[in-house]
Amino acid sequence: MNGALPVMAPALPEIFLALAAMAMLMLGVFAKGEEKPRLFFYAGAVLLVVTAALAYLVTPKGGATIHAFDGLFIQDGFARFMKLMVLGASAFTLAMARAWFEREKLARFEYPVLIMFAALGMCMMISANDLMSLYLGLELQSLSLYVVAAYHRDNARSTEAGLKYFMLGALASGLLLFGMSLVYGYAGATGFDAIATVLEHGHAPIGVQIGLAFILAGLAFKVAAVPFHMWTPDVYEGAPTPVTAFFAIAPKLAAFALLIRVLSGPFGHMLPQWQPILVLIAILSMTVGAFGALGQTNIKRLMAYSSIGHAGYALVGLAVGNQEGISGVLVYLAIYLAMNMGAFAVILAMRVKGRAVEGIDDLAGLARTNPLMALAMALFMFSMAGIPPLAGFFGKLYVFLAAVHAGLYTLAILGVLTSAVAAFYYLRIVKVMYFDEPIEALDKAIGRTMSVVLTVSTIVVAFFFLVPMPVMKISEAAAKTLFPH
Amino acid sequence: MNNWPLLSLVTFLPLAGAAFIFFIRGDDKVVAANARHVALLTSLGTFILSLGIWLKFDNTTPDFQLVEKANWLPQLGITYHMGVDGISMLFVILSTFLTPLCILQSFGSIDKRVKEYMVSFLVLETMMVGMFCALDFVLFYFFFEGVLIPMFLLIGIWGGPRRVYAAFKFFLYTLAGSVLMLIAMLAMAWHAGSFDIPTLMGIPYPVSMQYWLWLAFFASFAVKVPMWPFHTWLPDAHVEAPTGGSVILAGVLLKMGAYGFLRFSVPMLPEATVYFTPLIYTLSIVAIIYTSLVALAQEDMKKLIAYSSVAHMGFVTIGIFAMTPQAVEGAIFQMLSHGVVSGALFLCVGVVYDRMHTREINRYGGLVSRMPRYALVFMVFTLASVGLPGTSGFVGEFLVLLGTFRANTWVALLATTGVVLGAAYMLLLYRRVVFGKLVREDLKNILDLNMREIVVFAPLILVVLWMGIYPSSYLNVMHVSVDNLILRHQAALGVKAAEPPAAAAPVQAKPAQEAAPAPEPAPAAQTAAPAASEPTPTQAPPAPAADDAKPTKQE
Repeated sequence: MNGALPVMAPALPEIFLALAAMAMLMLGVFAKGEEKPRLFFYAGAVLLVVTAALAYLVTPKGGATIHAFDGLFIQDGFARFMKLMVLGASAFTLAMARAWFEREKLARFEYPVLIMFAALGMCMMISANDLMSLYLGLELQSLSLYVVAAYHRDNARSTEAGLKYFMLGALASGLLLFGMSLVYGYAGATGFDAIATVLEHGHAPIGVQIGLAFILAGLAFKVAAVPFHMWTPDVYEGAPTPVTAFFAIAPKLAAFALLIRVLSGPFGHMLPQWQPILVLIAILSMTVGAFGALGQTNIKRLMAYSSIGHAGYALVGLAVGNQEGISGVLVYLAIYLAMNMGAFAVILAMRVKGRAVEGIDDLAGLARTNPLMALAMALFMFSMAGIPPLAGFFGKLYVFLAAVHAGLYTLAILGVLTSAVAAFYYLRIVKVMYFDEPIEALDKAIGRTMSVVLTVSTIVVAFFFLVPMPVMKISEAAAKTLFPH
Repeated sequence: MNNWPLLSLVTFLPLAGAAFIFFIRGDDKVVAANARHVALLTSLGTFILSLGIWLKFDNTTPDFQLVEKANWLPQLGITYHMGVDGISMLFVILSTFLTPLCILQSFGSIDKRVKEYMVSFLVLETMMVGMFCALDFVLFYFFFEGVLIPMFLLIGIWGGPRRVYAAFKFFLYTLAGSVLMLIAMLAMAWHAGSFDIPTLMGIPYPVSMQYWLWLAFFASFAVKVPMWPFHTWLPDAHVEAPTGGSVILAGVLLKMGAYGFLRFSVPMLPEATVYFTPLIYTLSIVAIIYTSLVALAQEDMKKLIAYSSVAHMGFVTIGIFAMTPQAVEGAIFQMLSHGVVSGALFLCVGVVYDRMHTREINRYGGLVSRMPRYALVFMVFTLASVGLPGTSGFVGEFLVLLGTFRANTWVALLATTGVVLGAAYMLLLYRRVVFGKLVREDLKNILDLNMREIVVFAPLILVVLWMGIYPSSYLNVMHVSVDNLILRHQAALGVKAAEPPAAAAPVQAKPAQEAAPAPEPAPAAQTAAPAASEPTPTQAPPAPAADDAKPTKQE
């Protein structure tokens, strides 16, 4: 059946998304999109969901792989899993963003278009099978993100965030490009399969090793792993909250997908070389994520450190480097998606008398003023801290299990200890909501989209333990496609 | 109802009650009243159901009973596996017994956010019961840690002035210890290829690995018990927690640590257990003597009882690691007794606290003239805590000391000083609060126990006396399981020395047969042990220990 399809068929979802985004842009410009931004937000979310459905449909069943564009593009079970998560996250954050932007009088049709382009870039990253397509996808995504970070253009902090992100992101792209050129120079190929063949015999030329280090540095920047995390707190804090919500979820998942594909595919045979690097990055990320968040008062900044820490835990699974580790990462990311989606829904709903607030203290006494929202947030926080019976525990269990199986005891022990430290600041949020007296009650009306997202993610996080099977099974199947042998 | 999943029902019935309360809507007062009644009924129902476990329990086998098994995470080999044996069964009953009493007690003292309180309490009960029934590593950890969330909320929302500090300290201390245990569990499961606790009990681990695993478990359980010097969270948590929280904390949560030692450290890591026994002895002795002295100096009633808990748990840990049948049975009995008695003492403090809103000992005195019924109740539990014959406290302490004496005379001798000190601080407390002249003006109108409080205390007094006068009803339950535990322990030590690639330890071996290989490895194990803190008779000489098995069986 694969042979009968046109050569571009596996990329159908991406082609669809690109055309849809461009059409939306044209419509916005020529059909007075300025007047009806709401329509664009909804259309964007729907189109992203349609793309996700397409991505589901074009993937061959049973772990097979199909290529397009002469091997530059790959579509497999892993890509499907990641694309569904990324597109779903983009669609939901876009839908949640609408109400927020409308209240802040910032709703413009460009935002959904930019998100769609970013999502397109992410899909390309996930399906990249060549250093060239990798870079193409990464840059498309990054450039869109730079713009949305500075989306609130009259706000100094937002523009600062955008500029900072751009400067550091450009540096990271430079490192990445440099690494890629070294790899190409020494391995003589840019295609992932070709590189894998060159490195198959276990002896990697020194140039490839250095190149890989640079590539890792560039990608570590995208997942916000220490020591390439400096931009995260500032950008998370400065960017408008819906943008932060988007940043914390979709691009992170996509960057992880890329990292997983690069490390398990072309450089899979160099595990002994890159494993120590990843172990170090993971340890640093977990530590900085845990300690950095302790003193924060702004909840977006806190979430930035939290996301650094979570990147560290996911990297634990990646550092293991085998199928078990990768499925651990995928489970972790899926749960991370649910937790963060819910937590950001709460953060987006934080308003006092119509004004958006983002201090942790603004949550004071939420358990009295809005018990359901407080309960949901408390569950997300306990879950992020990895306390059973909530979903976050299973994510951690899975990656640490993989680490212990691979004999990475130091990593596992430091990981659990930093998670105990990190528990402190998650608990602090629970404390503020449950133990403190309310100062100024948050507004009760949070909007229908937000309620839906909040309900769904609460149910997932709270009751994951009842039916953990499906997520685990899907993740394992997805990881398996990366390790066909 | 023979095929009912009794353990699951007992575990999850409170959760169902909590869910029900969660959905109660309406006027604040109505909601509070309904939440109280639903919680009380649910916990009573749970208690009655849990008695079914006792009825169906078979005293004559050391195997796990009422076993339930289902797939949970099959890819990882993690199952939903529940079951009880003679060691864990009574703790299930203890948990379900204390919960309705705490809920009933809270009717008078908790009047804000009643709904949340009841939900937290019922969730807490589910986690406690589940923990004692769990027969899978991950399931155990799931419940063990799950306890933290409701307890954190209980201390933090309904606690005293320093509740936030206490709640954080409790949570983080316990979490930091138990995450290391998680790694140890994962490592053991990897080594054995299974998360199943009964399976893991039969797997020999390399001795070098055992030391690390043992220390990781120790990190978790020593904090939970708590052993000196990891006890500092306990006074804070106890003092700040609401009465019901204190009762559960002292009554059940502390037992989780000791239960962990009995369930994991001792049977799974026998060599390391022998190696580290002197450490446990030392820490326990320090706990008994030092915290007793600290208790003597306390001005806060709850703090005094909290420190006394640390001292009493010192007996428990000594008993567990003495590894003679009397000592281990005594330790388990002491845990049950302490669960009831210290819980009751906290309830006693709660009674006067609800009336006077202070726990300072100096603020009381002469209560006997206004509150004769209270004085009687308080006296029963004070004497039980001191260990008066005829009360539950005596049996536990006596058995522990008796069993330990056979294993290590010095340890027993030093531990006995704790009994004397215990009498000192408890009687002093009683004298200062209850006796003397009633001089304080505000005490002159204090009311005696009301009907609800009498209903709370009556079953506790009955149980304390029952345990003290006829302990066999409890000892019989644990007898076979404890004997089996000790036999396995000795067999594991013996078989290992004789032939390294040992198979699973024999389960049903007769004591006489076991005594034969046992004496041989003892010297080897002793040389391996550090001569640091204890003289040589520290390690339980296996020969007399095995002999002990016979007389106790005939009792």
